[in-house]
Amino acid sequence: MIDQNVALEIVLSTLRDAVHQNGGDAAAVNEETVIVGPESVIDSIGVVSLIVDIEQRLEMEHGVSLTLANDRAMSQRNSPFRTPSVLADHILATESEEIAS
Amino acid sequence: MLVTGSRKGIGRHLAETYVRRGYIVEGCSRGAASFEAEGYTHTEFDITEEKAVKAWISSIARRHGRIDCVLNNAAIASMNHVLLTPAATANRMLAVNVTATMLVCRDAAKVMMRRKYGRIVNFTTIVDPIGLAGEAIYAASKSAVATFTRILAFELGGWGITCNLFGATPIMTDMIKGVPQNKIDAVVNGLAIKRLGSLDDCVNVCDFFINPLSDNITAQVVYLGGVS
Repeated sequence: MIDQNVALEIVLSTLRDAVHQNGGDAAAVNEETVIVGPESVIDSIGVVSLIVDIEQRLEMEHGVSLTLANDRAMSQRNSPFRTPSVLADHILATESEEIAS
Repeated sequence: MLVTGSRKGIGRHLAETYVRRGYIVEGCSRGAASFEAEGYTHTEFDITEEKAVKAWISSIARRHGRIDCVLNNAAIASMNHVLLTPAATANRMLAVNVTATMLVCRDAAKVMMRRKYGRIVNFTTIVDPIGLAGEAIYAASKSAVATFTRILAFELGGWGITCNLFGATPIMTDMIKGVPQNKIDAVVNGLAIKRLGSLDDCVNVCDFFINPLSDNITAQVVYLGGVS
């Protein structure tokens, strides 16, 4: 199982890279930075790239193969991608489901 | 290079051709491999199973670190009048021809994005534009693949991934062995080039689409036989 802190750090570092590439302030990125929503620090294509990059890092660095944009995620009222802390929780929940299935 | 449905017919010919040319080819089908070749790896699974597709692609990415080309050849057809077609037949055709194509494109593109390079060729058929009676569901599924591919080209273009379509005329494989000869003849007689397609015709079109020089060719369809 991925550790909570590891999941959060992967999200934060990947998001910082994305913000930096878009010319934004990567240093300002924290656990509550808005990823999805009106005040998002990246655009919609940036969100797609972010999710894919996180999946790829989880797989390459930790051998964990997940589809984060799964049925459960895409049908939730509140997006599981909206902030780094929420997204890290989603990673852990998805991994648990994968192990249980 | 990934080739789906590589156990027989067009898929097998594509896999054998490209591995002979030096590509590392990963093939798949529901059954065991029908040939062996250095540089070819075969995986058996049901391509409609989302987890199985992801596991296949993940394995390929782990072993090779990259995916350059995808040839989405796997498909099923069932020539039958709509009024005699069960829902299960229609659903299975849509699952294999449409959803499975989407799953392979999705998971392969995630790997292609790393290197900002990719060539996706999805397979359609002339029975869609010519409106062949008896193939309504098959044609509808391939029409869906065509629309999906054209829009996919726009969604993936920013990462250097091209997405194109190859449209086959009747080619003498297991897929058409149950089709009455008079129906095949009628289709061929309506073509500008009045002959069956060949396996090498498929390679010829794929060669163009997967060529690294074809980086500005995307969202296009090439049909054999003069169909448009």
